[in-house]
Amino acid sequence: MFRPVLKIALLLCAATAFAQTKYPGVGKPAAADRVKAADKTVMADGRGLPAGKGNVETGRGLYKTHCAECHNEAGEGRDKQWPALVGGTGTLATKAAKKTVGSYWPYATTVWDTISRSMPYNNPGTLKPDEVYAITAFVLHLNNIVPASQELDEKSLPQVKMPNRDGFIPTVHPDVKAKR
Amino acid sequence: MADRRSFLGLAAVLTACTKSSKAPSVVEQSMAPYGERAAAETNILRTATERTGSIGVGSSTTPLQELHGVITPSALHFERHHAGIPKIDPAKHTLLVHGLVAQPMEFTLDDLKRLPAVTRTHFIECSGNGGGELRGVAGATVEKSHGLLSCSEWTGVPLKFLLEQAGVKPEAKWVIAEGADACRMARSIPMAKCMEDALVVYGQNGEALRPGQGYPLRLLLPGFEGNSSVKWLDRLHVTEEPAQSNQETAHYTDLLPNGKARQFSFVMDTNSVITRPSGGQKIAGGAGFVEISGIAWTGNGKIKRVEVSTDGGKTWIDAALEEPVLSRSLVRFRAPWVWDGKDAVIQSRATDETGYLQPTRDEIVEARGMNSQYHYHGVKPWVVKADGSVTNV
Ligand code: HEC
Repeated sequence: MFRPVLKIALLLCAATAFAQTKYPGVGKPAAADRVKAADKTVMADGRGLPAGKGNVETGRGLYKTHCAECHNEAGEGRDKQWPALVGGTGTLATKAAKKTVGSYWPYATTVWDTISRSMPYNNPGTLKPDEVYAITAFVLHLNNIVPASQELDEKSLPQVKMPNRDGFIPTVHPDVKAKR
Repeated sequence: MADRRSFLGLAAVLTACTKSSKAPSVVEQSMAPYGERAAAETNILRTATERTGSIGVGSSTTPLQELHGVITPSALHFERHHAGIPKIDPAKHTLLVHGLVAQPMEFTLDDLKRLPAVTRTHFIECSGNGGGELRGVAGATVEKSHGLLSCSEWTGVPLKFLLEQAGVKPEAKWVIAEGADACRMARSIPMAKCMEDALVVYGQNGEALRPGQGYPLRLLLPGFEGNSSVKWLDRLHVTEEPAQSNQETAHYTDLLPNGKARQFSFVMDTNSVITRPSGGQKIAGGAGFVEISGIAWTGNGKIKRVEVSTDGGKTWIDAALEEPVLSRSLVRFRAPWVWDGKDAVIQSRATDETGYLQPTRDEIVEARGMNSQYHYHGVKPWVVKADGSVTNV
């Protein structure tokens, strides 16, 4: 007798929890599948990466088909038209600093995420996870970060150590002192 | 008494009517459903630049030297896009709030408009504004040197309300904001800013947002670098860590001479520039009184003081700040000047409420080197020549 009453009371509590916010009735609770479909966040530690895999060799072919038109055969870019995806290693502390995936980006997950969400530029979001792993492996290989034999998946990608992994510092504000 | 007054009023109206019937007989423009500018003013335009071989990666700059007051007309607000402007059906657009929350929530625009709204005036400045000045390519006009800066009256809902509605968990430290443009631009925002003064806005200068400003919904982070005020906002992901997205690692990080880069350097530093007389303009009519006028702004809060020099920085006088002086808004300053008709170098420098003084270019280069192309905020001198023309130094 007591148990069902308690159960109903608990259920009622859950149902009214939403109504007890400061602005009851505004917005609707989002179901788990709705959130799952929309959530494309990839964190630097690999959380959010979908299951899948691809290797440098597969990536080479896919890159030729989907990317070379703009970023050029070996990722060298096209001057003032499309950015280079390679080069610049060792230049960051010089006057000729060149920031690329290879020289500047701190996380391999960001390479995967950039390609997955925004490339190819004129057809973004169309590559399948396996294709993105393969193309990422190829772009990292172009930068001598992984060997030609490399295969990447959701476990190994976050383990790739980028050359400039420790190149970022928190901002102290303000940092410039003016003399009156 | 009352009768006599209304009679006089009627007489005045009749006189006015009689007079205006003698006015030009050609009706230039009748009532229009949406207003146009005067024909003589239509040459005041933004300058749009595509930066890659693919359409949609580029910017358009605000002609600040042509504007009055502090509000930028919506049609002249600067733009910086990384994947063009998406077409969005407002009836289908929603904002999803999820992650470290008690209850993931989804809001339609109608939902958002039911919540208590606020209207606030804030500038948005691209953190790349003035990058050319740092590199030593001094802009010939204010638009060229500072045009990635605009100021609007924004209307929307404090982001805090939405986060509270979903119930943020105590371990949450960041909110990843994502837009519905083709590149699904994403930026991680510290929770403290989200709870302090961040807004989710649908209104700009009394109207709906312009498509180039994120229609139908954008994030507005007062005083933060423009890129973080994510346009076409449709997802807020509450997390413990930042995502380390493309825009917050590969771009919008400030490379220092030692090869290290400052990251999450959101706050736009204290800045000012004279807009009149300024580069490209001409003082007509020779020596005599000229009002010096310009704009000042800071991500730190309120501008407290603006000083103006007309002798290349040897002496300075305090300019008047036009009320109201609002936090993280443009402020208009004005200073009287009796020009002797000779060559002169004029410039302004601002101090904010924290006491921070706007530095010179040399002081910025000394602290940050030349590779840090973002957050430039140096004093901008203009040369007034004896013939009245004004150029960059
Ligand atoms: C139609 C031309 C085009 C194609 C095809 C294309 N891209 Fe891009 N890519 C661009 C443009 C333009 C940018 C610059 C975007 C910006 O500045 O916001 C870019 C930027 C990038 C970046 C970021 C570079 C940086 O330093 O920020 C990466 C990585 C990238 N592309 C990888 C790829 C890959 C991999 C492919 C193939 C799957 C690809 N792109 C296909 C045009 C293209």
